[in-house]
Amino acid sequence: MNRHLSQRLGFSLLTLIAIITVVPIISVIVYIFLQGSPAISREFLLAVPRSGMREGGIFPAIIGTFYLTIGTAIFSVPLGIAAAIYLSEYAPDNAWTRIIRLAIINLAGIPSVVYGLFGLGLFVLFLKFGTSILAASLTLSIMTLPVIISTSEEALRAVPQSFRTVSVSLGATRWQTIRRIVLPQGLPGILTGVILGLERAAGETAPILFTGAAFFLPRLPGSIFDATMALPYHLFVISTQVPEMPIQIQYGTALVLLIFVLGMNLIATVIRSRARARRQW
Amino acid sequence: MNKLVIENLSLQYADGTESLSNINMDIAKNAITVLFGPAGGGKSTLLRCINRLNDLTDVETMSGRIMMDGEDILNPATDTIALRRKVGMVFARPVVLPMSIRKNLTYGLELAGEKRKSKLEEAVERSLKLAAIWDEVKDRLEEPAIALSGGQQQRICLARSLAQQPEVILLDEPTSGLDPISTGKVEAALQELKKDYTIILVPHSVQQAARTADYAAFFLQGELVEYGNGDELFTNPQEQRTEDYVTGRFG
Amino acid sequence: MDKDLNWREFIITRAIKASGYSAIVFVALIFIFLLREGLPTLGEVDLSTLFSVRWYPIEDYFGILPLITGSLIVTLGAALVAIPFGIGTAVYISEIAPRAVREVLKPLVELLGGLPSVVLGFLGILVLSPWLRTTFDLPTGLTAFTGSLLLAAIAVPTIVSVAEDALDTVPRSYREAAWAIGATHWQTIWRVTLPAARSGVMTGIMLGIGRAIGETMAVMMVTGNAPVMAIRPGSLFEPARTMTATIAAEMGEVASGSVHYHTLFFIGIVLFLISLAVNVAASSVIFRSKKRSERILS
Ligand SMILES: Nc1ncnc2c1ncn2[C@@H]1O[C@H](COP(=O)(O)OP(=O)(O)OP(=O)(O)O)[C@@H](O)[C@H]1O
Ligand SMILES: [Mg+2]
Repeated sequence: MNRHLSQRLGFSLLTLIAIITVVPIISVIVYIFLQGSPAISREFLLAVPRSGMREGGIFPAIIGTFYLTIGTAIFSVPLGIAAAIYLSEYAPDNAWTRIIRLAIINLAGIPSVVYGLFGLGLFVLFLKFGTSILAASLTLSIMTLPVIISTSEEALRAVPQSFRTVSVSLGATRWQTIRRIVLPQGLPGILTGVILGLERAAGETAPILFTGAAFFLPRLPGSIFDATMALPYHLFVISTQVPEMPIQIQYGTALVLLIFVLGMNLIATVIRSRARARRQW
Repeated sequence: MNKLVIENLSLQYADGTESLSNINMDIAKNAITVLFGPAGGGKSTLLRCINRLNDLTDVETMSGRIMMDGEDILNPATDTIALRRKVGMVFARPVVLPMSIRKNLTYGLELAGEKRKSKLEEAVERSLKLAAIWDEVKDRLEEPAIALSGGQQQRICLARSLAQQPEVILLDEPTSGLDPISTGKVEAALQELKKDYTIILVPHSVQQAARTADYAAFFLQGELVEYGNGDELFTNPQEQRTEDYVTGRFG
Repeated sequence: MDKDLNWREFIITRAIKASGYSAIVFVALIFIFLLREGLPTLGEVDLSTLFSVRWYPIEDYFGILPLITGSLIVTLGAALVAIPFGIGTAVYISEIAPRAVREVLKPLVELLGGLPSVVLGFLGILVLSPWLRTTFDLPTGLTAFTGSLLLAAIAVPTIVSVAEDALDTVPRSYREAAWAIGATHWQTIWRVTLPAARSGVMTGIMLGIGRAIGETMAVMMVTGNAPVMAIRPGSLFEPARTMTATIAAEMGEVASGSVHYHTLFFIGIVLFLISLAVNVAASSVIFRSKKRSERILS
């Protein structure tokens, strides 16, 4: 067969594949926006669920997801950034460092429901935190950690080595160099990674199923030892566990969750592109 | 008067190259000592020993001593932070830190804990004047240093190491990327500076070596071939290899 | 003043180092707690029961084979869809797409990776499975295949992202050499670029499939959750139940410390070991030395 004809056919096929991959993504998002937006109202966002969740709003779920995201950030952000600093700035090239990297890759690959089991075993039962915001946040933190570590390490490594050399030659200690040069320069990249990690945590259901998610809670959690409603779990509940659930509320909930997650994604993208434009190296 | 005394200094990197072998040198105060020679001779390596910047590289073995005011700076117990404040360094490629011109200049002092505004102000002005760049930047100190031209950046780097009032200044091909006018400004600044400082310069050409040297040392593959008074070494070298190199018959 | 600085530096350095090692601690902790809660099963349930074909915990049937085959068939189906689409899209983005298209496409695919799996499962129930039922005239739209399609959507972004990076790092000179001897762009892609990026592309596939095996919510919502042995080709279009879905669906209802509870943790151990194997294998490529290329300023 003619080589150029086969090339033309091949390219058309690949283009088609790319279109089939991408079009559903856009349709999913558009479809949920169209179907969900009629449900969005003041009441829907700010009221508690009523009549077996078939009426009223989803306020406790929104707040719950917010709490869980913050809780996750509190544990995973400092730990993740510190670990990234270790790997990028201190770690020698030896067997231990390779084991650390292997551990991080494995953490990233462990199924989310296994994190749920682990959280149940360690935080809920062994440490007796009960099904609670605390236990769920800790579980999500460990799940998020590898994302934060890998992206932050990459951001730190992108800072030119010459800045470190110059800083040290001016009498800076290693930590001073990190504090004053490396971290500020790597910050946008770190922030992007942190947000992408938290985005994943905010959308996850399996790890909180048995560690902190409440089926139905018509009030806000009072302390970190209370269970909480959360958007992803709530969507799961109303789309599979509640008979005769009005479809609008389901789409509305999906939309709010989507906005939460896409909003974080958007912030990350904006930070990334602004930092690129402003970068001094 | 000698500021630095280098005794039997040898150094080997992890990849096995013997980059310095048994170097013995006395380096005078208030003079420009020039280290020159072909690529890979060990000039940069020697400079980095003097401010212990080689601690950052993978050095395999190092032996010998470098005495500065009677103390061995290669001693593991040496406070390298204090040493690097006393020994400033300017690199071949001008690397300004990603901050304002002013912050670049006060960086070292602030690290050392200097918080008094007046002291910092004074250091900025003094060091910029010494590096012959005060007039060009005095009205734009808050701008990012990266916005300056290469030649200006290099003089900012020189000023930055002067701001800490070091005793020794190491310059590794500081004018290699600069045009003749900027080069002239840096060289002129060095002539002024040697009244107060000990200057060790790796020039980017034999001509520059001859122009600037009070004392000159010729390095060839880790070996110090010849060392002496600048005028004599360039007009009447004792070693054949030195003569070949300075007359351009090398290779 | 300098004393102070030394102390701070010392403490901070220690804290950073400890954080660096935390990943090892967490992996170990996870494994220990899985073993602690899961191993008792081996004393409580006969091995012949555990590896039997019947999962019906209420009557003490704890055969995990249907769950394992369920996971396998759903994942296999996902791989069949995700590999061609993932690689095709990666090749399209890195080799064919005009620059402007590429700048839009990559973030878009990565966005798909960020969509919560319950949202996919939700649309799977409401849109995808009714459509599949009517189109293929099936008794139910909640089948292993429905799960496979959603899992493919979850695996594709990983495959695209890793494979595209790998294709991108193939030196230009390789391609130019192929063009110089008269190969078409298309031939170059198949005979030069893809083979050169082979290991990175394989890593992407493995990581993508690894994500698919571990995915829970989307699968649980659309596969119908029938714990039957899925070993015939037709099983793909029947309901199935995966290991992950079983844990998620049943853990909420069991008494902690019961046989059922221990068995669910045992399934967790199996999942953990699978992901360990997949990731160790995939990582052998990722480990291309992270050494800094930049030499010290001189
Ligand atoms: N960080 C390093 N790691 C390993 N080897 C190095 C390192 N720096 C320099 N070397 C080696 O040491 C030898 C001396 O290098 P050095 O940079 O000191 O030479 P130089 O005289 O400054 O040369 P140039 O004129 O090119 O700057 C060379 O063989 C070089 O390859
Ligand atoms: Mg050099």
